[in-house]
Order: sequence, then C-alpha cells, then structure tokens
Amino acid sequence: MKVLRKYPFLGPLIALVLVYVLFAIFAPPSFTRLENLATMARQTVVVGIAAAGMTLVILLGGIDLSVGSTVALATVVAALSLRAGFSGPVAALAAIGAGVSVGLVNGVVSTALRITPFIVTLGTMSAIRGVAKGLADSQKIDAPPRGLDILQASLPEGFGWAIFPPGVWVMLVTSGLVAAMLVYTRLGRHIVAIGSNESTARLCGVAVSRVKWIVYAAAGGLAGLAGVMEFSTLTVGDPTDSTGLELEVIAAVVIGGGSLAGGEASVAGALFGAMLMTVIRTGSTHLGIDNWVQQIVTGLIIVAAVAIDRARRGANSSSR
Amino acid sequence: MTSTEARLSARGIEKSYGATRALAGVDFEVRAGEVHALLGGNGAGKSTLVSILAGAVTPDVGTIHLEGNAYRPKNPAEARQSGVCLVHQERALCAHMTVEENIVLGSEPMFRGLVSRQKMREKAEKALSAIDSSGAKKTRLRPDVRVMDLAPGEQQIVEIARAIADERCRLLLLDEPTSSLGADDVDALFSVVDRLRLAGMAIVYISHHLAEIRRIADRFTVIRDGKAAGSGLVAEAKTNDIVEMMAGRRVDELYPRSPREPKETMLETQDLAGITLPEQVSLEVRRGEVLGIAGLVGSGRTELLRAIFGLDPVRRGTVRVASFTGTATPAMRLQQGLGLLSEDRGGEGLALGLSIMENLTLSRLEGLGPRGFVWPSRMRDAAVEFIKRLGIVASGPDMRVGALSGGNQQKVALARLLYQNVDMFLLDEPTRGVDVGSRAAIYQIIDRLALEGKAVLVVSSSVEELLGICDRIAVMHKGRLGAAKPVEQLDEQAILLAQSGMA
Repeated sequence: MKVLRKYPFLGPLIALVLVYVLFAIFAPPSFTRLENLATMARQTVVVGIAAAGMTLVILLGGIDLSVGSTVALATVVAALSLRAGFSGPVAALAAIGAGVSVGLVNGVVSTALRITPFIVTLGTMSAIRGVAKGLADSQKIDAPPRGLDILQASLPEGFGWAIFPPGVWVMLVTSGLVAAMLVYTRLGRHIVAIGSNESTARLCGVAVSRVKWIVYAAAGGLAGLAGVMEFSTLTVGDPTDSTGLELEVIAAVVIGGGSLAGGEASVAGALFGAMLMTVIRTGSTHLGIDNWVQQIVTGLIIVAAVAIDRARRGANSSSR
Repeated sequence: MTSTEARLSARGIEKSYGATRALAGVDFEVRAGEVHALLGGNGAGKSTLVSILAGAVTPDVGTIHLEGNAYRPKNPAEARQSGVCLVHQERALCAHMTVEENIVLGSEPMFRGLVSRQKMREKAEKALSAIDSSGAKKTRLRPDVRVMDLAPGEQQIVEIARAIADERCRLLLLDEPTSSLGADDVDALFSVVDRLRLAGMAIVYISHHLAEIRRIADRFTVIRDGKAAGSGLVAEAKTNDIVEMMAGRRVDELYPRSPREPKETMLETQDLAGITLPEQVSLEVRRGEVLGIAGLVGSGRTELLRAIFGLDPVRRGTVRVASFTGTATPAMRLQQGLGLLSEDRGGEGLALGLSIMENLTLSRLEGLGPRGFVWPSRMRDAAVEFIKRLGIVASGPDMRVGALSGGNQQKVALARLLYQNVDMFLLDEPTRGVDVGSRAAIYQIIDRLALEGKAVLVVSSSVEELLGICDRIAVMHKGRLGAAKPVEQLDEQAILLAQSGMA
C-alpha cells in the first residue's frame, strides 16, 4: 500500500499487465506477436502524447476539452503547410505552433476573465473545430507527406532494431521529459502546488496566472504534436477528425490516477491508462468481441479505476 | 443547575487504533442543566471521546450510561435516536438551501408522501425560538433565507437549531463551536447555550480557549494522553492549574520574553487603506521587536496584513519595507524579506494534500538545484532539518501535511517562513487551533526571532497572548489602527475597551 502511495502509476501498470496477460491467454497467438505490440504502441501515440499535456492541466486543477479540435486543426495546418511547399519539419512545427496558440487562448481567457477552464475550453472545442473546417474549406486536404508519414508507418526493412516506429519513441521521450519537468523543476513544483491549493501557491509568491498560461500552452502544443502524429497516420488533413478524442485523453489521465480536483496526476500513469485502452480495444478485436462490448468494458474500467483509487486513499486517511 | 444526577456517565473508556492508544481509560460525567467543558491539546483524545459519545466510533472497553440505561450506539443515527446530538467543528450546512430546509434535512416532515412546507416551517420556527435568547421575533433568524447569506455565527446557530429540532435531543455535543467566530457571534452563541442549559439540556463543550470556558462552563474535565487528567468546578479552578493539567508540566514560562532592543525600522505604513478594509493604518515595526495588533474579527486586521504583503490591493497610503517604498506582489515582498503566516491554515496557509517537504520549500525553490531545477533530495534534507529544529511530530518529510495535528501543521507553516529566512514576520493568529504545548513552542520561536533582530508583527484575538509576547500593542477598530503603546502601559481591560471602540 505504501509503495502504491509513493508511485501512483503502479496501479494502472498492474492493471495494464493483468489485462494484457488475460488477452494473451485467451486471444489467438497473433495477439502476442511483436508486430502486434508495435501496432498497439503506435495506436496509443496520439492519445498518449495528448495525455501528457492533459496530465499537466488536470494536475493544475483544470481541464482541456479542446484537445480533439486542436488535433484536427493541427492535421489541417500540417497538410496546408506541406501543400504550400514547406518541408516536413516546418509543417510539423506549424502544427505544434497552432496547438500552442489554442492553448494560450485557453490559458489567458480563463485567467484574465476568470471563467472556469471547463467553459473556456468547451467554447474553444467548438470554435477551433470551426477554424479547422474554415481553413480546410470543410474538406479533407491531400498533401505530399514529405517524410512526416514515416513517424507512424511500420518500420522499413533494416530498421527492425528500433522495435517501434519513430512516433512511439517521440511519445515515450515526450512523456519522460514532462514527468521529469514535474519532479525536477521549479515550474513543475509550482504546477503541483497550484493544483493542490492555489491560495497557498499565491501566498508563497508563485506567479499563478503565468504558470497557468504556460501549462495550457504546453498542453496545446502537445495536442499539436499529437495532431502531427494523427496526420502521419491519416496522411491527409481532416477537420472532422478526432471528435471526442478529448474524453479518451481525460479517461487516460483519470485511469492513471489523476484527480479532477487537482494536485494529483501522473504522466506515467496516464501513459499506462492510454495503453490499457488500446490493449482492450485490440485484444477484443482479436477475440472477435463486438465494439459495443469494448465500450462497456472501457467505461467500467474508468469508473473502477477511480473507485479503487478512492478506496486506497480512504484507507490511508483514516489511519491516525 | 436543575439536577445533580448524571445524564450521561462513561466509565473506563478505552480505544486503540492499531498500536496507537487514543483513549486509555477515561471516566467522564455530564449532568442535566450543566455545560461541561472538555479540554485538552490536539491529539489528547478528546475528539475520539466525542466521536464515541456521538456514535461514530465504538469503544474497545468501557461502559456508558445515558440516564441510567446502557448506551452503546452503533452509529450516529442511533446516537441521535437516543438523544445525543453532535454539532461538528466544521460547519456542515448546505449553503444553497434555506435555514428551514437545513434544519429539517434528513427528517423532512411529510404529508401524503410529499414534503410539507408548512410543517417544515413550524418545526424550524419552534427550534429557532427555543434558542432565541431575546424572544423578539425581529432579531430571530428568518427560516426562508439561504444559509450562504448568513454570517458565520448565524450559521453556527442554525447548526444548533438543527440538532435540537429533534425533540429527543437531551445531550448536546459542541465541538469547538467558536473556532471560526468573531466576538459578537461568540456572544450570541453563548446566550443560546445559556438558554439551553436553563431548559435542562446537558451540554458538552469542547474547546481550547480557557477564557471561553470561564464564561460558559460549569464544570470541566481535562483529557491528556487518553486519560482524564483532572476535573472540577470551573469557578473554583485557577487558570494556571487547568493549563498545567492540559500541558502536563509547569507553564510558568508559557510566555517567554527576553529583554530585547529595537533597532532600525523594518516596516512602515502611512495612512494605508485597502479596497474596503483597512481604512487608515499608520504603523512602524522595528527589527528586534514584536508588535501586536489587537482587534475584533472583521476590524480589518487580516486585510491589513494582506495589503502589506501584496495579496490584496492598496487603495491609498504607502508601505515601506526597509528601503523599498510602494506596492508589490507577494513574490516581490518575499524577496524584500517579508513573510506572511495565514490565519486560514487549511484554506490558504498550507497545501494539505502535499507533503511537509513540498510545503516547506514552496516559497523558496531557488538554490535547491541549478537554475530552474529542483533536486528532491535537497528538499528532503531541508525538511529533515526543520522537522528536528521545531520538534514537528511526523513520520518523516514525506508525510502529508493534512495528516498532522493542528499544532504541527502550524509549525510547518512557520517553518516555511524560517526556511525562507525572512526578516519581517507577519503572523496572523499564529496559535489558532493549536494545543498548549505547541503554543509554548511557537511563543519561544517568536521570542528567539526578535532576539535575533527579526521584526515580528502579530495579529491575535487573544489579548492575553498579545500581552504575553509583544513589546508594543496597537488596537484596530473598524479599519483604523490606534497608536501602539508599550505593554507595560496596557492591561486586558484597556485593550478590550479599545477593541469595542469604547476608549
């Protein structure tokens, strides 16, 4: 119990391993093949990267509902940049920049006008979806991928040593950096402090509004990066893509031990949460279980994860 | 007193949580028509005893009799049915609902399967009039206002009304009912308690404040280390004796005051005014002195400290900290050497969900690693040092602050200012909700700070405390601060009069 308290991501990790083993036993052998592992990792990339940003926002006591729209916008921006003749990296940076802009709007509007982030991002969720459709003229945008497609493509001959496609490594490195930032930097400590008790943070001289801008901008940027990965998967810019993605991202953070009241969330936990959902989806497909069953199971797991977390915390707080 | 036989008597109550012995054989007795004070430091076991009486906790050993019958409630609902009602320290009202809805909550009067608004009103009016001391209907709380629109004191009275709205209620447990009330509200509450006592109610009154006990209680029992350390008639007991029973040692030196020498001015305000409060404050605090600010809750004492520290805007006037003049943000004030201890420990002073080390270092993360970085091992080292220095009782630097006792939480909040190494301490109610032992430790820290040449500004509701630890005291009344006078020229009565605007 003590170990669980110190490393809150262990819970979701155990759940992930359990579910994987369960499917490994019952699903056809194709499930446990290395290629399938790589496929599942690849399918987790978009949610996983966005979840790292969402972890910061939820840690702060906020929420970001605009993630799905931001991902769609990023695919459109990337496609438009590529079509305009820019190189792959420039297009990726443009997509991330679009995400940062959305995040800045979320952060500045919610702090300056003192509107709860739920409302602000509910607004940008719709508005940014509109912007994406406007930019794309409500159509899918074909563009030469200029190398962006390799991020999420299967590894070519001779690159088997990499095990996973580049996108997976981007997700892992990004998550590692965000997690380290939280533990080892002043910004990270300030984020946790604001989420735990904003008044205390203010009393201790933390520039609360500025930290919030940074966090929403970072979350937006990570959603933009997730959008680049989505573009790499789709190889088109699609303004109607990723509708409802934000809920999957929030679910990943919550399964990973995040509390919507703020002050508690784990980047590693969120990553395991995202993987857990992919494993259930893929495993069920291998077993031939219908999609509707998968959705029920995923829903149950979200609620069960929080219930277990509550029980664990309750057992902790009552011991005096 | 209308009767001398015990309404409730408890014998040999024991309760352990794992290896921790919360109660080690307590005897306790309350009579009808008396207010019985239950005193004791944090962690002494009084809250466990109250929880047992209220049915929230079952004792391991011991017997309780309520009016001669064996009383062993399995849960709070059963306790209430037997006539024992608890008013919690934390107010537990639904802010969006009206006074009457709150009073009948959980036992709404029904008529043909629907809630009867008429019966609800009758029930609420009856409870409210039972505790209304003046008898005049216009001063009574109106049953149809929303609780969120009431003052804290009025809300407390609604809580009591809710408890006694149940006609079976014969024993009322009040758990630190004044901890968040101002002096006026305390007066109103006490007249309510008085009235209930005259009506024959048995009342257990839990508190830290000896002055309150003197005013309201007939008898007292002191709980220390899970045992009854003493009991008797309040009128016959000396304050020092009661304090010694609570602390378990001699407290001649509760208020240490070494001879100090005021040096250069550290903080000066001139005609300072906030948005609503304070109205006009001019003061000067020197290094090596402790300046006290007395005043009623709502007189603008807390707002003054917040305006100085930059948490609230300044409307008019100037603040000078050492050589810096002008307004500033809290971050700048911290850099200038100012530190504020908040009166609201749980809501503002500390992040209760975070660990001791996280709370301690929050205001000064610089220096715990290269620029912008923080090494957790250095945070831990700093926390270990301060835990030792201030004698904080904790399992370690990783312990969640919310799991500490009130006194130890306050030590953590104070340790943050020490770790920050501030030169000017703004202390808002530094001993609120703190047990006697920790209080003595905090007074010693304040004394040592002044000796070291730090400047200290203390706001407190306890005049006795201010007289004990300050060099000079100024009194705040309706947003205006009077001239500071040396404590030698002041006594309790003079300050109380000035607080109420009568001097």
